Amino acid sequence: MKDAHPIAFPHRHLLGIEGLSPLDIKALLDLADEKVEVSRQVEKKKTTLRGRTQINLFFEPSTRTQSSFEIAGKRLGADVMNMSVASSSVKKGETLIDTAATLNAMRPDLIIVRHHAAGAVHLLAQKVDCSVVNAGDGAHEHPTQALLDALTIRRNKGRIAGLTVAICGDILHSRVARSNMILLAAMGAHVRLVAPSTLLPPGIERLGFEMHRDMKTGLKDADIVMMLRLQRERMNGSFVPSVKEYFRFYGLDQEKLNYAKPDALVMHPGPMNRGVEISSEVADGAQSLIREQVEMGVAVRMAVLEALASHLPNR
Amino acid sequence: MITTNRPILFKNARLIDPDSGREERGGLLVRDGIIADVGPQVAAAADAEIIDCGGQVLAPGLIDMRAFIGEPGAAHRETLKSAGEAAAAGGVTTIVSMPDTNPVLDDPAIIDFVMRRARDTSIVNIRPAAALTKGLKGEEMAEIGLLQDAGAIAFTDGARSVTNAQVMRRALTYARDFDALIVHHVEDPDLVGQGVMNEGEFAARLGLPGIPREAETVMLERDIRLVRLTGGRYHAAMISCGDSAEIVRAAKASGLPVTCGVSISNLALNENDIGHYRTFFKLSPPLRHEDDRQAVIDALANGTIDVIVSDHNPQDVETKRLPFAEAEDGAVGLETLLSAALRLVQAERISLPKLLRAMSTRPAEILGLPGGRLQRGAPADLILFDPETPYVLDKRQLRSLSKNTPFDEARLEGQVTVTMVAGRIVFDRRTAS
Repeated sequence: MKDAHPIAFPHRHLLGIEGLSPLDIKALLDLADEKVEVSRQVEKKKTTLRGRTQINLFFEPSTRTQSSFEIAGKRLGADVMNMSVASSSVKKGETLIDTAATLNAMRPDLIIVRHHAAGAVHLLAQKVDCSVVNAGDGAHEHPTQALLDALTIRRNKGRIAGLTVAICGDILHSRVARSNMILLAAMGAHVRLVAPSTLLPPGIERLGFEMHRDMKTGLKDADIVMMLRLQRERMNGSFVPSVKEYFRFYGLDQEKLNYAKPDALVMHPGPMNRGVEISSEVADGAQSLIREQVEMGVAVRMAVLEALASHLPNR
Repeated sequence: MITTNRPILFKNARLIDPDSGREERGGLLVRDGIIADVGPQVAAAADAEIIDCGGQVLAPGLIDMRAFIGEPGAAHRETLKSAGEAAAAGGVTTIVSMPDTNPVLDDPAIIDFVMRRARDTSIVNIRPAAALTKGLKGEEMAEIGLLQDAGAIAFTDGARSVTNAQVMRRALTYARDFDALIVHHVEDPDLVGQGVMNEGEFAARLGLPGIPREAETVMLERDIRLVRLTGGRYHAAMISCGDSAEIVRAAKASGLPVTCGVSISNLALNENDIGHYRTFFKLSPPLRHEDDRQAVIDALANGTIDVIVSDHNPQDVETKRLPFAEAEDGAVGLETLLSAALRLVQAERISLPKLLRAMSTRPAEILGLPGGRLQRGAPADLILFDPETPYVLDKRQLRSLSKNTPFDEARLEGQVTVTMVAGRIVFDRRTAS
């Protein structure tokens, strides 16, 4: 029934959380809740996207996001094709816009794009006739990650509004942090940013979030502790002095987690650097939602693809 | 043997508290390593040992924010022990040691080693400053948080400047989260180039390549802009010319967390002292023109310059008995710091309390140390001295293992009689050989 009548989602693309209304977000999360049930059945295959072509265009390597979109598309019945940078003509010097035009000529229905440059997905979306989903553009946005995080929080806490969410770590380079900040604030959560100053974008203090340089105050009474990945090339003296120092002051271990509420839950977008931003004890502990986030990822992406299906050009 | 438990009463002293600026005749009672009482009327504890000061000045011990010590790595030049003895004889009760050692003080375990070694062998307080960047290379910031936990009192690349502005920006940004102090040697090595002394007429005459003042001012201006950007706490280790003083004055006036120091050498000497290629006068920053010397004295007197440092840098014959351009920079200074500084008082350029303030109260404030005050409850780190005793310095008498003083055979006035650290007398000229 629901497969036959997708929700009224007023956007042709999903390029970011910015621009979505709380109602849009709620509708996607409600739909995703249904997709969780679908994915837990033996028979997972639907026909919503039967006959459709979905291209996963990844300019940056990603195992988990790409496979999550691939599974989501296939469960909805789409023909999914993966195109990664290593095998693309980008390596031969083709520009992003030429690539877009070439792919567009193949008449896809959905293009899922990840690109290392902020804004690249927007640019590509202007050049194609189909729907585009941003799977991460530079340090800008990663909307399906924020949606899956929100879904995970809502299913575990029963709500988002009124919760205190501490986003901790490399906020400067994180598209996950940006999308989450926007979504969580829009849904009425109280967002805190916890990071050394070198990992915060200068000027972010003007965006109105509560800022902390210290995990103790930053995690105090938090309901959700959302850790971010610190990339290896940023650990050795450029942004923070060392892994040892980062873990000592900003790594989430049980001692720091105890500053948060006793029923606080821990999230991480993956892939984790154990012993850098999070200890194994916490990552694998009872308060961790990290595995569940992966499951919610497929459900949210199915919901997004289905919602966009109502705008497919050759309908 | 003096037991530390027995109170000590200094009586008949000229008390100078550079923190409050108060100067009065009176006494001071030391008990359990702290100042138990001070003022015109101090009740004597019945069991106190009494020191009659005979009207000499009793003041807080000096805090020297910049000394190079050869331990670990160059113990033939100076050890923590010998530096402590030299400091005690010069009235310095706390030394901030520079991280330019071998190995470099860029690892918490090495800071821990120096702290323990200093505690066990030095008669004065030694607090290590840790490296700001790993290996003093100016590329990657050191473990500021962990080093601070280990006891590092400040962060500096010692005699080197961090030329990469991005590295400096991030270090200032990161250090602010830990309220850590960054101390920087302001000298652009590219502008220094081959220079070995102050650029100008005298260098031209000697045929030596010069170091322009701009090597200092360009780096200082850059740093201050980065402080404005980041809000990090910043201390320019040593400035040497009037232009730099003006830059610091303006930065302070705009409310930036900026302080600065001056080397005793740049206050007491000028480029002409180099004379005929005397390498003990080869320093970094270089001795400048007399006009610059006058300008930094003015800046000290009006408070633009916060602290005076010895910039104690022991060098041996192998590194100094060389052609001027090939010799190492540096002079020893712990033992002559007070005597040389007193020249400014004798010349009526600054008052004695103000001078002492720049060598005790201000360094204590900048470093967050409890000393630098002649007040009840402050640590009993004290010096007793007669500011007018004349003497001629004989470098062979120096306690430092290195003898590279620019004041050999100089006529000086004012010598420390007694130095006390944490209530213990660590130097007593009345009984010293």
